[in-house]
Amino acid sequence: MSTDMSVVSLQLGQCGNQIGHELFSVISDDSSGPNRKYKQCSDERFFYETSTGGLVARSVLVDMEPKVISQAIAKASKSGRWRYGDKAHFSQKQGSGNNWANGFCVHGPHHEEAVEDLVRMEMERCDRLAGIFTMMSVAGGTGSGVGTYITQRLRDLYPNSFILNQVTWPYGAGEVIVQNYNSVLTLSHLYQLSDAILVHENDTVHKICSRLMNIKHISISDVNKVIAHQLASVLQPAYTADSTCHYSTNPIGELLSSLVCHPEYKLLSLCNIPQMSSTSLAYSVFNWPGLLKHLRQMLIASTRMEEGIDWTVSSPSAVTSGGEGATNSRHKSFNLSLANLLILRGKDVSTAVTDGFKDPALYVPWLKTENSFSTWTSPVAFNGYEKSATLVSNSQSLLKPLDSIVRKAWNMFASRAYIHQYTKFGISEEDFLDSFTAVEQIISSYTHL
Amino acid sequence: MTQSIVVQVGQCGNQVGCRFWDLVLREHAHVNQMGVYDEALSSFFRNVDQRCHCLVPNITENQVYLCACLQAVLVDMEEGVLAEILQGPLRSLFSSTQLISDVSGSGNNWAVGHHTYGLVYREQIVDQVRKAAEHCDCLQCFFLIHSMGGGTGSGLGTFVLKLLEDEFPEVCRIVTSVYPTAEDDVITSPYNSVLAMKELTEHADCVLPVDNQSLVDIVGKIQHMSNTGKLGCAIKKDCTIISGQGGVVKVEKPFDAMNNIVANLLLNITSSARFEGSLNMDLNEIAMNLVPFPRLHYLVSSLTPLYTLADVNIPPRRLDQMFSDAFSKEHQLIRADPKHNLYLACALMLRGNVQLSDLRRNIERLRPTLPFVPWNQEGWKTSLCSVPPVCHTHSLLALANNTCVKSTFFELRECFVKLYRRKAHLHHYLAVDGMELAEFNEALSSISALIEEYTHLESPLMPNAPRLTIAT
Repeated sequence: MSTDMSVVSLQLGQCGNQIGHELFSVISDDSSGPNRKYKQCSDERFFYETSTGGLVARSVLVDMEPKVISQAIAKASKSGRWRYGDKAHFSQKQGSGNNWANGFCVHGPHHEEAVEDLVRMEMERCDRLAGIFTMMSVAGGTGSGVGTYITQRLRDLYPNSFILNQVTWPYGAGEVIVQNYNSVLTLSHLYQLSDAILVHENDTVHKICSRLMNIKHISISDVNKVIAHQLASVLQPAYTADSTCHYSTNPIGELLSSLVCHPEYKLLSLCNIPQMSSTSLAYSVFNWPGLLKHLRQMLIASTRMEEGIDWTVSSPSAVTSGGEGATNSRHKSFNLSLANLLILRGKDVSTAVTDGFKDPALYVPWLKTENSFSTWTSPVAFNGYEKSATLVSNSQSLLKPLDSIVRKAWNMFASRAYIHQYTKFGISEEDFLDSFTAVEQIISSYTHL
Repeated sequence: MTQSIVVQVGQCGNQVGCRFWDLVLREHAHVNQMGVYDEALSSFFRNVDQRCHCLVPNITENQVYLCACLQAVLVDMEEGVLAEILQGPLRSLFSSTQLISDVSGSGNNWAVGHHTYGLVYREQIVDQVRKAAEHCDCLQCFFLIHSMGGGTGSGLGTFVLKLLEDEFPEVCRIVTSVYPTAEDDVITSPYNSVLAMKELTEHADCVLPVDNQSLVDIVGKIQHMSNTGKLGCAIKKDCTIISGQGGVVKVEKPFDAMNNIVANLLLNITSSARFEGSLNMDLNEIAMNLVPFPRLHYLVSSLTPLYTLADVNIPPRRLDQMFSDAFSKEHQLIRADPKHNLYLACALMLRGNVQLSDLRRNIERLRPTLPFVPWNQEGWKTSLCSVPPVCHTHSLLALANNTCVKSTFFELRECFVKLYRRKAHLHHYLAVDGMELAEFNEALSSISALIEEYTHLESPLMPNAPRLTIAT
């Protein structure tokens, strides 16, 4: 009988705190339904029990201004099912002003001790630590700047712990004008510190809300709920290859070993189907072959939502030796993967046939296919969906949005716009150039797979 | 929660300032039914000892605030306006030490305001500001309100600006400046304005220029709509925008309607910092996002909708209209046409019942119609505050850094040069101790350089710089 490992979460900045709260809500709701087989495991993973019997999230909330944290704490308490620790948050009076330099060079160092103390408290509370899971956006000042600084500190303090960073990329047509600068600075630094970076894009999630879930008036909360649903589908207990008769006790470690084979490639994307409004859900029936076929096409055509899938993209015919032949016969939009992790939850999951994902043509030739593809399963229906499938991918699918971010940031940098706002706080033009180089390197690595 | 301090200088500055206080009180009364001193109030007011004997005015029948005191410094070199304030219903919100005044005024002379009174009142002003700052937990921003055309607001106001930068370099300085119209009755207003401009360019973080003529036009439009009484356009009685009805100050004075608009501008800019919302925006994010180059910090603003419609349930078409209006030249607070010039950056600050999808839909819709500078094609900053202004269900404040401001500056410079060429009225300025001719020349070069910088951004740029390539 193995003891379950626990995940310590870190919610950073406005976005990180909003998503964090939704995540714990989804996890708690999902585990608490009738006939929930993994409640105990899930509770141990994400919560701890107080002497009065209430569940408290293993989470530290950090923001430079207090409004969002107060809201998250209040909403959690209202749920009656779980809450945040009374002292497990840190905030200041004044935000980082959307300025990465302010977050990284000023606020981060100023408050590092206080935040580290809070994280240490949570870590010491765990019997066994599965890893650190952080949530932040890359567009603003606190999540991105302070978040990166804290990640750096945690990496120094806990060199042997897994660190998984969930990041949210903003809408392409802006939310913050300097978002592209902040994104480049964040990603270049995180890449050296993190074990893996799990990416959500607001544009994609927004489309899921509007086209698949038919939400007429989409709010930030709707977007965050979808992200939380996707994250929970990965983090909730499941049976894995290493752990077939009891729920895996090392979820983050196994995730990383399935997907991140080489430190140069650590960008992960998520797809989850089906996603639809609860009214449609009542009338829909799913079968595994259908779901898996769609998911596979979404992977190779690089669509991260179940609509507008390009079915003309196909994998090259089976290639045995790889190399030249494979590259030439690949459709130009074909998305090459390094590794994929399929997580299937729901009824009759044992009947699901996943061979479509084992096709070597989907993967880079220099990795053995058996190392590139893994499946996790759970017979328990997840969050209201009788059957659901999640694909976590390490592939080229984030290339286009990443390239777009860098292109816009570079054009802005060429005119030196807004640079004075960063140099004021200690980030020089040299620092910018270093960051651009680092991210171009990431792009190059993935392009030349 | 951060605090801001308002410094209102001169006749115009104080009139606008008082309108602003009136509106802020009303807004908070509306939201805060219990009259308890809460976080939101703390951004502009400080809670005074309960044993304090001054009464706070009733906002509506049942509401009395705990003793609250404004974080403000009121400066005027003439007695008229300040005296009225001391006798008016807002009097209990100030302690008399916060008012700094003199008797004879500046005679519409920038040099008198800046050099003479600056010297005399420097200590006192610094003291008062410091006192207000000491009461703040976390001082984020100074709001300076003044006009450009006169002597006190323009001269002493810009002196105070420099002072604030010297004494509190870390605190953001947002200046609301009322520019004179071309037919201004003060002959020397071009001198005053251009001399003040130099100070604004050098010492302010952010300037919100407002043009009297535009305000007059907007007020006229509203009156017209209410008078023609179009169906579905009935204006609700105590609408915040043009009337102070329902506020503390009951009597309408000539410039009141115009001042109300400027006060609303300040109200909306600070709304996201005061109230909660799903996408907050702090005051320090304004300069960060909208000022790409340090001197180019003049922001064009527009407020919509100006009219409350009788309909309660606003279908999406009307909501979209609000967005479209924000970019039309009739809604701008200066006489400029942003659509036909170049946008450097744009911020949309929404209040009330507007969802993320409405915002995104409208950005998608309007983007192709608005010319943005090539290196900032999608330069939008957005914020959503859930509390709407009193009597509206939603509102939008658009702040843009747009090259259209240069036409305002150009005209101003032309007026200046017309007078300066003939050395008209110069002796009034040069007679003042501390004032030199060189200052005129410097001011002229400053505004010329500024116009040049904006123009330069409009010229076709070199093709996009090639990206860094990585050796494979």
